[in-house]
Amino acid sequence: MSKIYAALNNRILVLDGAMGTMLQRYNFSEEDFRGERFKDFPHSLKGNNDLLTLTQPEAIKDVHRQYFAAGADIVETNTFSGTTIGMADYHLEDIVYELNYESAKIAREVADEFEAQDPSRPRFVAGSIGPTNRTASMSPDVNDPGYRAVTFDDLLAAYKQQVKALIDGGCDVLLVETIFDTLNAKAALYAIEEVKDELGIDIPIMVSGTITDASGRTLSGQTVEAFLISISHIPLLSVGFNCALGADQLKPYLKRLAHNTSFSVSAHPNAGLPNAFGQYDQTPEEMQVLIKEYLDDNLINIIGGCCGTTPEHIRLIAEVAHQYQPRKIEVTV
Amino acid sequence: MAGDRYLKLSGLEPLIVTPETNFVNIGERTNVTGSRKFLRLIKEEKYEEALDIARAQVEGGAQIIDINMDEGMLDGVHAMTTFLNLIASEPDIARVPLMIDSSKWEIIEAGLKVAQGKSIVNSISLKEGEENFIAQANKVKRYGAAVIVMAFDEAGQADTYQRRIDICKRSYDVLVDKVGFPAEDIIFDPNIFPVATGMEEHRQNAVDFFRATKWIRQNLPYAHVSGGVSNVSFSFRGNDKVREAMHSSFLYHAIQHGMDMGIVNPEMIEVYDDIDKELLEHVEDVLLDRRDDATERLLTFAENVKGGPKVTEKQAQEWRSLSIQERLTHALVRGIDEFIEVDIEEARLAASKPIEVIEINLMTGMNVVGDLFGSGKMFLPQVVKSARVMKKAVAYLLPFIEAAKNAPPAPKGGAAEQTRYWKTADPIMYGLLKGYCQKMRNQPTDAERLLWSALSGKKLEGYKFRRQHIIGGFIADFICIKKNLIVEVDGLIHQLPENSASDKQRTQWLEEQGYRVIRFTNDEVLLNIENVLDKIVTELTTELTAPPSGAGGAGKILMATVKGDVHDIGKNIVAVVLGCNNFEIIDLGVMVPPERIIEVAVREQVDIIGLSGLITPSLDEMVYLAKEMDKLNISIPIMIGGATTSRAHTAVKIAPQYRETVVHVNDASRAVTVAGNLLNVATKGDYTKTIRDEYDTLREGYLNRSRDKNFLNIEDARRNKLKLDWVAFTPFKPNFIGVQTIYPKPADLVEFIDWTPFFQTWDLHGKYPAILKDEVVGEQAVILFADAQKMLKQMLEEDWLEARGIYGVFPASQINDDDIELYDENGKKKATFLTLRQQSQKTKGAPNIALADFIAPKDSGKTDYIGAFAVTTGFGIDEKAAEFEKAHDDYNSIMVKALGDRLAEAFAEYLHLKIRKEIWGYAADEHLSNEHLIKEEYAGIRPAPGYPACPDHLEKNTIWQLLDVEKQIGVTLTESLAMWPASSVSGYYFGNPQSKYFGLGKIKEDQVIDYAKRRSMPTTTATKWLNPNIAD
Repeated sequence: MSKIYAALNNRILVLDGAMGTMLQRYNFSEEDFRGERFKDFPHSLKGNNDLLTLTQPEAIKDVHRQYFAAGADIVETNTFSGTTIGMADYHLEDIVYELNYESAKIAREVADEFEAQDPSRPRFVAGSIGPTNRTASMSPDVNDPGYRAVTFDDLLAAYKQQVKALIDGGCDVLLVETIFDTLNAKAALYAIEEVKDELGIDIPIMVSGTITDASGRTLSGQTVEAFLISISHIPLLSVGFNCALGADQLKPYLKRLAHNTSFSVSAHPNAGLPNAFGQYDQTPEEMQVLIKEYLDDNLINIIGGCCGTTPEHIRLIAEVAHQYQPRKIEVTV
Repeated sequence: MAGDRYLKLSGLEPLIVTPETNFVNIGERTNVTGSRKFLRLIKEEKYEEALDIARAQVEGGAQIIDINMDEGMLDGVHAMTTFLNLIASEPDIARVPLMIDSSKWEIIEAGLKVAQGKSIVNSISLKEGEENFIAQANKVKRYGAAVIVMAFDEAGQADTYQRRIDICKRSYDVLVDKVGFPAEDIIFDPNIFPVATGMEEHRQNAVDFFRATKWIRQNLPYAHVSGGVSNVSFSFRGNDKVREAMHSSFLYHAIQHGMDMGIVNPEMIEVYDDIDKELLEHVEDVLLDRRDDATERLLTFAENVKGGPKVTEKQAQEWRSLSIQERLTHALVRGIDEFIEVDIEEARLAASKPIEVIEINLMTGMNVVGDLFGSGKMFLPQVVKSARVMKKAVAYLLPFIEAAKNAPPAPKGGAAEQTRYWKTADPIMYGLLKGYCQKMRNQPTDAERLLWSALSGKKLEGYKFRRQHIIGGFIADFICIKKNLIVEVDGLIHQLPENSASDKQRTQWLEEQGYRVIRFTNDEVLLNIENVLDKIVTELTTELTAPPSGAGGAGKILMATVKGDVHDIGKNIVAVVLGCNNFEIIDLGVMVPPERIIEVAVREQVDIIGLSGLITPSLDEMVYLAKEMDKLNISIPIMIGGATTSRAHTAVKIAPQYRETVVHVNDASRAVTVAGNLLNVATKGDYTKTIRDEYDTLREGYLNRSRDKNFLNIEDARRNKLKLDWVAFTPFKPNFIGVQTIYPKPADLVEFIDWTPFFQTWDLHGKYPAILKDEVVGEQAVILFADAQKMLKQMLEEDWLEARGIYGVFPASQINDDDIELYDENGKKKATFLTLRQQSQKTKGAPNIALADFIAPKDSGKTDYIGAFAVTTGFGIDEKAAEFEKAHDDYNSIMVKALGDRLAEAFAEYLHLKIRKEIWGYAADEHLSNEHLIKEEYAGIRPAPGYPACPDHLEKNTIWQLLDVEKQIGVTLTESLAMWPASSVSGYYFGNPQSKYFGLGKIKEDQVIDYAKRRSMPTTTATKWLNPNIAD
């Protein structure tokens, strides 16, 4: 059994913060994104953050390092869009396996550096599995509600490839995150189960949905409880929410989740809501206060940050998290 | 965490079944097997209305909706996927969890792939063994659904208390221990069976269910119990009051015993406490099996309870004392011909003219039949029996009608007796006049131009007028052919040199020919057009009030099975149904060439042409006919029907060829409505426009879809062929090689009959034997089945038919990927089968299959084998059918053909078994029941040319030569390669255990070109034969 279960029993685990926010600081140019390897690639590659694993691996490792140094127990691989579906926009379907494999590998290398410094404290790598940019239970065409831009089978095939590569590359955990359509997530979970069978291994799974607005529902229309029921057929390490909302708006939904599940609960909210320029200006100190409320209410087993969060946010979150005991699992219904 | 082990389901919102949940109500209307309306909407792709049904259920309180798309003519996977996708975009429906209901695993899986919530799968069972059960349960779990488990195992459905609990216990243990399925996600359906059937062994049906439910809830922790409640009251169909009481009482007790979910029709349930106490006592005596005479007592009591029409023996005789009209109506509705001649004689004596008996008495009765059928209260076999009574009545009357004609003249009426313009067109004058007409049309007078502007395009009350129409030696200015009305405007036209007769003579001559002529002057038209039009309308409508002719008042319809095709059961049924609804039918029979259809249609001035076909080349015949009619400017609407025809084909291929309306009629019960709409002057315009718009949309959608599909070129498809492991596989050497005829006793074939298609023939849909207990059509199915059994018995005893078959088994090799070469025992080449390869892009890992893939390639070094066969039970059938027709008995004429078809299929099944176990012998130790045979659970396949795996009919020629079929057993091939007699089956045998049935789907031109080369025929010819399978 993975060491992460033991760790979760002992303390609240801290997840890292945003990767994209950190990479923005590097101001990488088209040439930087391409690197030597893709310098003659016929299509633009700027903005393909996942590709930086191959073309700017030191930058990625550096971000991982900063988060571990700030107190994270778990870092996420740089693979949010790492499926054939996500990479199709860049005509890079062919490198999906390599991308995921390398991302896991370099994250694990950094984790090993930190474990070597303090062997008493294991560090974990979570393979990030994003939602892709298509939805399996909604039509992109309002005039044709029965149409689907992606099917379960398409997603299953794409996710299987990503999952296999993440596991081969050495991930400790898989994180199906930013779920706006539960059917996409179910395809990812199905893929993970198939890969587990094929490889004859087990690996802990974290699932994290996204509540997109104040309606309290996922983009595909499910309530918190319906979402939870729809993904609970797989034994999960944790279930939680991330992205879209800041820690304060997310709290009521997190509460409903925590009261209804016997899985561990995770949250990695954004640093508030974006301002008019699309930037997140909630300070680490402000976010720390909000996270403390989660902890006071006994909601959390794993806590981290999403868009707009930085190593400084994570440092303050870790600081407050370590003053609390992890959530004890009590289910009302 | 025991407290957490509740059944939790979700749509957009959660549904948690706790011990406090009294009962979860599952909506049942979105089920094609239970709701004819829903089936129709899905078939017609009226998804908006289908969604309304789903919505109404949720609004009406259904906490889960059951969706079932199990119907033979539906692509279940497509229908399930489409409908669930559409539900997903309707939040007011999608809020509740779905129950994905199918007997086909692939449909269930398709549903699971589009459901974001946690659904219930309905259902899985041990029916096909533990291995299959475990595999399906594992997948259900992985997709994240709960499951209904039927109390069903390898030995059949549980029908006793002990079998119920044994099977449920075993299922539970397998699911919990071997699959790790969450116990709270298991819902048992321990089978609700009818009570009060009169059968001793059914007395405990409800009690056994209650006891089994209680046992499950006590002994199988966390599991739930569900069931379809309406089944219990099956014996009381027609008596809603009793049924409602039974449902309520049953539910009351079932819930007490622990049933916590169920499929219930909320309209068919009564509040338990509101049930009349006496009725309740009688009902519960039956349900709880409290008295030996409980059933008898409830039956007696039910007579007094207000409900539907339940026929007692007393009532059965009472109808004989009703009035003559009521007796005739009763005889027609019930299809009783016992007293028909007596009653008709009485009616004839009472009538002033014999024809009135038809026009008044019989038509009144047939209108009742038509109404009942139209509203779904009568079913096809009943209507065909009504027709039998009608025909016998008319046959009795005919001599009297003929005699009456020679006496005082009967008023003239009805289309049949009117003189036709084509008979009166003078052939020599015609050529001369035609040229003049064309000239005149371009140079009309002002008055003519004005009048034509009012008459053209059916502007005048929908009546169709032609102008400058040639009759005999005359040209009529304007004519409404349907009403035999000629309108003349006095003007220049009569100065035509060839036309020397005066207007007066013209009028006289035309009137002698049966036309009415009205004349207007130029001034009348120019100065008072309103008045002129009024007069024309008066003339036209006066005719309408003339007495209706006997049969045919509703219109005249030509029916034909197209050239090269010999199948006519469906066409005959449609003809009978239309005949019952006052249409006159001209039935040209089978294999009717297009020229003949056109000739008769024009000569007889029919209102509609009905085309039927069963084999795929017939589709092209229909397209051809439509084109020809368009070329000839004929404007008679066409109805299309038959097994291979479809709405899509009609819309995409036929309709665009013809400017008039072409409608696809998917079953006999629709034919009357369609024909009525086509001919009703008031609705016709709207109707034809709707059809055209609908087909245009369908066609565009279809073309768009087919454009989306990706195809491999044939070389790539071949590279992706099915690669079996020929190194590890050694083909089984057949016990027999060569060709042999076989003549089994028809009686030996009976046990191999698959009855389900028999019921489909009669428009009764459902699987045999379940159809016999079907809520809607069960009663009719039982009667029809009894009639079939009776005829079958007689058929066998009196040797009506002969079973002849021939088969061959040969060494064979796959060559050049797609072909199969056959050899004799000495290795000399005997024949080559050409197979076609799937070309549509497959999901990764899936091969592009051709039948040749199932035969070892020549270079594998292994000798493989293939078989071929042709069987028939058709000799004798046509003669017998003709005898029945002569006796005005369409019911038995259709019956004998339907049985002939079933026996031919049974023969094919019988011979295949012999091939597997003895002749080839590769499955010598196979033991399968008929049910398993029907489900094709054996090793090896017997695909038939013309069907999905090998749509190429030309392969039949190869089989015919190879086995010398025609000389040996007398079965011949028509020009479209239909087999004659129609009750015949032919095909190949593949013995490889990995061989399986598949659909070729669409192929591309490159394969057609390649195929034409292999077949040594021009590409155009190959294109013609393969047309239905060529992608656009």
